[in-house]
Amino acid sequence: MIELKNVSVVFNQGTVNENQALSNINLKVKEGDFITIIGSNGAGKSTLFNTIAGTIIPTEGAIFLNGRNVTRDPEYRRAKYIGRIFQNPLLGTAGNMSLEDNMTITHKKGFKWLKRSLNNKMREYFKGELVQLRMGLEHRMKENLVMFSGGQRQALTLLMMVLSKPALILLDEHTAALDPKNAEIVLELTDKFIREYRLTSMMITHNMSHAIEFGNRLLMMDKGEIIFDVEGQAKKDLTVEKLIQKFHELRHKTFENDRTLLSED
Amino acid sequence: MIEGILVEGLIYGIMVLGVFISFRILDFPDLTVDGSFPLGAALMVQCLLMGMNGWLALLVAFAGGVLAGVVTAVIHNQLRVPNLLAGILTMTMLYSINIRILGNRANVPVLKQETILSQVTERFTGIIPDDYILLVFFVLVALVVKILIDLFFHTDLGMTLGAMGNNEQMVVSQGVNPKTLKTIGVGLSNGLVAISGAFAAQYLGFADVGLGQGIIVSGLASVMIGEFLVLKSNKIGVLTICALAGSIIFYAVMYLGRYYGYLIHMTPSDLNLIKGVLIIILLVLTQAKKFKRKVAFKPMVAK
Repeated sequence: MIELKNVSVVFNQGTVNENQALSNINLKVKEGDFITIIGSNGAGKSTLFNTIAGTIIPTEGAIFLNGRNVTRDPEYRRAKYIGRIFQNPLLGTAGNMSLEDNMTITHKKGFKWLKRSLNNKMREYFKGELVQLRMGLEHRMKENLVMFSGGQRQALTLLMMVLSKPALILLDEHTAALDPKNAEIVLELTDKFIREYRLTSMMITHNMSHAIEFGNRLLMMDKGEIIFDVEGQAKKDLTVEKLIQKFHELRHKTFENDRTLLSED
Repeated sequence: MIEGILVEGLIYGIMVLGVFISFRILDFPDLTVDGSFPLGAALMVQCLLMGMNGWLALLVAFAGGVLAGVVTAVIHNQLRVPNLLAGILTMTMLYSINIRILGNRANVPVLKQETILSQVTERFTGIIPDDYILLVFFVLVALVVKILIDLFFHTDLGMTLGAMGNNEQMVVSQGVNPKTLKTIGVGLSNGLVAISGAFAAQYLGFADVGLGQGIIVSGLASVMIGEFLVLKSNKIGVLTICALAGSIIFYAVMYLGRYYGYLIHMTPSDLNLIKGVLIIILLVLTQAKKFKRKVAFKPMVAK
């Protein structure tokens, strides 16, 4: 599916502000995986997504998508296979356009030509799919999206992305900017879609219980490294307490290592 | 007089539609317009002088405009120059190119040659009253252009262009290269501007390198007047008709200023000042309108 080999990202290389955002990441995502990713601020979670999506070209290392080297492919080219949802619910849709126009643009990836694919058959198809959101949006096809709430727009972004059938989906804290009720709805929908369409997915979250509850694999990141990678039964047995303990254990260890290094110096 | 005002508004209306596409739909402030308008005029006149068919000459003018737009887009996309500067660069270079096209002259008349307008006038003399032939013709031309634009923005490609002006990330996420879209959009916009310039040259009877001076400001003012006519709409058909109406109103005001300005001791050279002040007033009014809407909305939320 997707594989990262020795990927490193350094910002402002060679200056005083040099910042190692990712260091020597090796990651193999298998088809059908649903990976949750946790880590503190600045751990490199978003940089990891940016590198996979192509927003950032890694300083070192290579990225393979279905066996093909895509390290230098621009973001729009990779976007044909990778669906991505951002924290900002406005980034996935065009607010000054109607719901049906938005769905027409997103229902198929790749360059758009001089043809009109929005017809009554498509409208019926869109309505049928919109019912799944259970937000009554199927009755608001002609309304501009600026009239919709953040939760509705994020749910819509999710649905539109799923319908374009991407090989991999990246969810970058996509419920963090929503109120608790909407966040829960969007998260439930996410889980439902991932199961139904058997999507290979990666989800960043700040909520440890979500990270444990969802998915079949969990990554913990810190200082640009994946410090903990667990899947299958071991992942199922995790609890928030165990996770925190593990986190402290690992961080403490690195801390001690640093100290020993310093003292040896 | 009234038909003269309307004809002028409609001819420049095609340019206003072009400016509307770049500024409002693509969110790309494109100053190439100041150069592509006289480019259209120069190409038209030179083609007519070479004995080319008027409609074919119009096609050449359109192609020239598209090319100018593509140059701006390429400078912006490939060399990562800010869009405003990219437009200024192309516009500046076009000044020299336009003089070259006109055979190293700044002004070339096209009075004796057969133009599209002279053909149309000849064809319909006696059928429609003389004074109104050109008015009817330009109403038709403007409507055809408007409908073609409406149709274009109903296609998948057109809709994606609209989405890009609103949210570039969304377009990238759809696997579409925004650079390609910008090139298409800015090219199309300048093609329309060049057509407008080509008709203006035939109407005025000459092509002049100075024809495009400040045209972007006129275009923007017209677009803003048009937007003032209706409350927010997302229908492209409404937006394009507003742009045309804005153009007619703006050029009517300018026409009156040119012919009756002397009554208040105004000279034609004062018009640029008036245009600038007009835009500033419109900007202030638009902001006041938005502010009013916000204030009116608040108590409703509080309930």
